Amino acid sequence: MSDLEINPTLACHILRLFIRDEVLKVGAKGVVLGVSGGIDSALAFTLAVQALGAEAVVGVALPYRQSSHESLADARDLARSLQAELAVVDITAQIDAYFSDRPTKDQNRRGNKMARERMSVLYDISQARSLLVLGTSNKSELLLGYGTLHGDMAHALNPLGDLYKTQVYQLAEHLQLPETLLRKRPSADLFEGQLDEDDLGFTYAQADLILYQMVDRRLPYDELAKLGYPEAIVSAVIERVRRNQFKRRPPLIAKLSARTIEIDFRYPRDWGC
Amino acid sequence: MRVSLIQHSPRLGDVGHNLGWTAECLAQEAALGQNLVVFPELNLCGYFLKDLVPETAIRLDGPELAQLARAAGSATAVVGAVLESRDHLFFNAAVVVGAEGVLHVHRKVYLPTYGMFDEQRYLAPGSALETVDLRLGEGESWRVGVLVCEDLWHPSAPYLMSRRGVDLIVCPSASPGRGIQGRDSELGTASIWSAMTTTYAALFTAFVAYCNRVGFEDGHYFWGGSQLHGPDGSLLSGPSDDQPGVQRAELDRGLLRWARIAYPLLRDERPDLLLRQLGEERSDV
Repeated sequence: MSDLEINPTLACHILRLFIRDEVLKVGAKGVVLGVSGGIDSALAFTLAVQALGAEAVVGVALPYRQSSHESLADARDLARSLQAELAVVDITAQIDAYFSDRPTKDQNRRGNKMARERMSVLYDISQARSLLVLGTSNKSELLLGYGTLHGDMAHALNPLGDLYKTQVYQLAEHLQLPETLLRKRPSADLFEGQLDEDDLGFTYAQADLILYQMVDRRLPYDELAKLGYPEAIVSAVIERVRRNQFKRRPPLIAKLSARTIEIDFRYPRDWGC
Repeated sequence: MRVSLIQHSPRLGDVGHNLGWTAECLAQEAALGQNLVVFPELNLCGYFLKDLVPETAIRLDGPELAQLARAAGSATAVVGAVLESRDHLFFNAAVVVGAEGVLHVHRKVYLPTYGMFDEQRYLAPGSALETVDLRLGEGESWRVGVLVCEDLWHPSAPYLMSRRGVDLIVCPSASPGRGIQGRDSELGTASIWSAMTTTYAALFTAFVAYCNRVGFEDGHYFWGGSQLHGPDGSLLSGPSDDQPGVQRAELDRGLLRWARIAYPLLRDERPDLLLRQLGEERSDV
């Protein structure tokens, strides 16, 4: 048995309860989420529909003119199979307007801007329709910092945040998500032809095993190097986890008073719920 | 003795709401003729309180426990609350309360402070493991010991209860579920709790009632699984699923007598040996 193998029936059950419980107790009517045509958002979309019913879930595809047409088609097919709403909000106009007098060839900068534009649309729909924004960042992405701060990393609830990417696939297979999604290579779709694993320099299968030993089993760093993976990959994973810690924490506040938010003013998020 | 284990999901930090619900539930169980009604750990306030601890604390002589006493009828309740002492220490407590008032208080001795748990940051530890005798009428009396959640992870706690002659160990709990490894395995937390309650019941030849809560707090999943074991470890009822509900069971003192005859572990225990060896315990181990 692989260290990363989990009970998919149990995991899906807990995640559906989590979505239902956290949505209903704050009085929201449901959830809204960005649906990219990738595996993570497809899984989150499916779990949300199973948890809340299709009428309480709004999927939103937010393509830019260079985004993959296949991804949009996959998002539409998925929404159809779930009998759930899929709104399509093209973000080309606002992105191009912004960069028209700030031209840049920096793909990451453009990609981050798009991710934040998508977040902005989702939060507007969230407010307009009393829905919580459902996140789709998995544990691998969060640990590696492979996401845009205040972009795809901004959401109210995240059912996938404690699942490594390879575990996302396990749940997706268990829920019999379409083959096209299961076979597709992961892409942030920030620009044409982009692939996560090219950006990262290693595969999720490699990273997940290293992350599991490092995070879940707390293996010392020098022991990680003995796992049989190239040292460069082990170092890159460790370094990414350290360097991206800031993305996983709220902003730092300079302490002045006796009681400072997030330092010694500590209340649960579900306060009163 | 007729026991009810109440699995529910308290509203975090809202004592007024939880108290009303608990009083109503207690009155209903009493009306059904139940003798002992067990609620989960900290059921009057919720579990992951953080700085809400002082804000949700109640006093032993406060109106909340008086309200529960009025609701108890002929039943006795085990309710969970943050208890503030006269000198303003805050305890994670299980209060045994009946129509006549508070009968017993157990202040959680072992406060988990590791991983997701942070109890020692906010709470003071209890320092006693005592039992209480519940008289049911017609001469029937049950010696009950209450251990709150983490207390049960320390075998000395049920052991000391056993030395007090406990008939029934009640364990109110707020156990967050974790551990989903292995394609066909059950929840890791559920497995270990089932193993512990079964084992303690058999080793101490006592009934063990485990009452865990359900619902979510800040992403933590409370998995329920309340269960009741007989004094040979056998499962008498449960485990429940992870939904709100009531588990009712009748405990037969005859079973206790039979277990103590069949498995005279209590008789054969050697506390003198334990005391001697602990007294000689080397500090450099």
